[in-house]
Amino acid sequence: MRGKVSRKTILSFIGPAVIGLALVGIAPLLYALWTSLHFFNLTQLRRVEFIGLENYWTVLTDGAFWQAMGRTFFLLGTALPLQLALGLMIALVLHQPGLTLLKTLARLSLVLPMATTYAVVGLLGQVMFNQKFGVVNQLLGGADINWIGDPTNAFIMIIFWDVWQWTPFVALVLLASLTMVPGEIEEAARLETKSKWTVLRYVQLPYLLPGLVAVLILRTADTLKLFDMVFTLTRGGPGASTEFISLMIQRVGFRAFDQGLASAQAIILLIITIILAQNYIRVFYKEVN
Amino acid sequence: MAARSGQGPLWGQIILLSLILLVCVFPFYWMVTTSLKTQIVALEAPPVWVFEPTLANYREALFDDGVLRTLVNSLIIAICTTALAILLGVPAAFALARFEFRGKKDLWFWFITNRMVSPIVLALPFFLIARNLGLLDKHITLILIYLTFNLPIVIWIVTDQFRGIPYDLDEAARLEGASQFRIMRSICLPLAMPGIAVSGIFSFIFSWNELMFGLILTRTDAKTAPAMAVSFMEGYNLPYGKIMATSTLIVIPVLIFALLASKQLVRGLTMGAVK
Repeated sequence: MRGKVSRKTILSFIGPAVIGLALVGIAPLLYALWTSLHFFNLTQLRRVEFIGLENYWTVLTDGAFWQAMGRTFFLLGTALPLQLALGLMIALVLHQPGLTLLKTLARLSLVLPMATTYAVVGLLGQVMFNQKFGVVNQLLGGADINWIGDPTNAFIMIIFWDVWQWTPFVALVLLASLTMVPGEIEEAARLETKSKWTVLRYVQLPYLLPGLVAVLILRTADTLKLFDMVFTLTRGGPGASTEFISLMIQRVGFRAFDQGLASAQAIILLIITIILAQNYIRVFYKEVN
Repeated sequence: MAARSGQGPLWGQIILLSLILLVCVFPFYWMVTTSLKTQIVALEAPPVWVFEPTLANYREALFDDGVLRTLVNSLIIAICTTALAILLGVPAAFALARFEFRGKKDLWFWFITNRMVSPIVLALPFFLIARNLGLLDKHITLILIYLTFNLPIVIWIVTDQFRGIPYDLDEAARLEGASQFRIMRSICLPLAMPGIAVSGIFSFIFSWNELMFGLILTRTDAKTAPAMAVSFMEGYNLPYGKIMATSTLIVIPVLIFALLASKQLVRGLTMGAVK
């Protein structure tokens, strides 16, 4: 029998990690839960008082909160299809034989964007998209586009950087999946048909599915987490045009100092995340098994 | 075969591959060149491509503004949190790979959701707790809080690695009378080293890159390099050269690490879901 070990042994192996993660991962959440049930403003700490579910009611009926949520999913809905389309194209090109040196270089260069510090991506955005002396406007033939100060343009700029940073990730995941297709099956299919599309749809797609699901799960999670890059690039502005959910919670908690309300928002975000994670993982394991 | 995928598509491939290369690398080229510009050159419109490079921004940032100290802080924090994550995570990974116990699936799920939770959810209570305990602006605070994402990463990757080690080896050692701890240390650990190294690199990269907690939980003494870079963004006349110099200093170590682990990068970022 595999792994018949005493309870004590198991606990001694797993205990430290569980206690560690509980201390930093769960204890703060309980505290956030407590905060969310109180009027808790950093500027008025004398009058912290229990107000029940009032913060939650405020959040659930707050148009701005749902707008930030909608904005977040809108970003996911625009950036992810671009990343998938470009990523698949790059993966298919890299998967073809020949041009080894150039392909190795391209593959290595793909590693760079996704390892870049998110805050640095934001700073790069500030420099490159500057209206007056930014290189982007220069490359667009001396255009005079106000990227950072215009709501729509700022959003496009955020999409650009998200696509720049995460298309390589999609490409490399899909490339890894493509190499899982047994060579002889792919060869046989190519002899059968000239249509690359047919090969992709009927031979390669089944192997791509687990990777696609992983991408979907992780991009959703990362978009809900998105903070660093946008904070350094636009701080959520102009107005609230790029204020995604994590930025909004940060603003309410640390710039409006309303920790009670921000905690309620955070708990609601947590619940949404857990529901999404649960469903995703169910689908994921169904796909894999 | 060669004729069919011949000249035409080949040119297409070369152009596309060069484009990938260009788009991926260009921002770094711009970052480095801007970091070598004086403020006057950096503010020229339209931007100039040929100029006399200077290291003044690096000197000023590193020594006058204290970027060096924040880089050291980031290094201390990233190394300590990585070591701690490996110390706590490896035995747990061994248990998940080798033992059967109740609640294993729930534990698994908990580790996954930890990866998905937005850090702002934890940043709010952590700020208040750290304030009450006098732990604001201390290295240890970030070292501990970074465990929330490092520990799941280490556990995921290393569990995967342990699973790949044949169980027969354990069995043989157990018949010899070795304890589970002994089996892990002497038999499985050496074989799992590649996975542990990769998880360590990931943990380091994520901690080094992190901004939000650094911004909220540190002020001066434990200020991290990304938080420092962002603090240059205050005011009207932004020192673009200096900001890009600081960015370059932050990004170079990560890029080297990432290139070293490039083969395992996909596996790490998908937490083992894609090999």
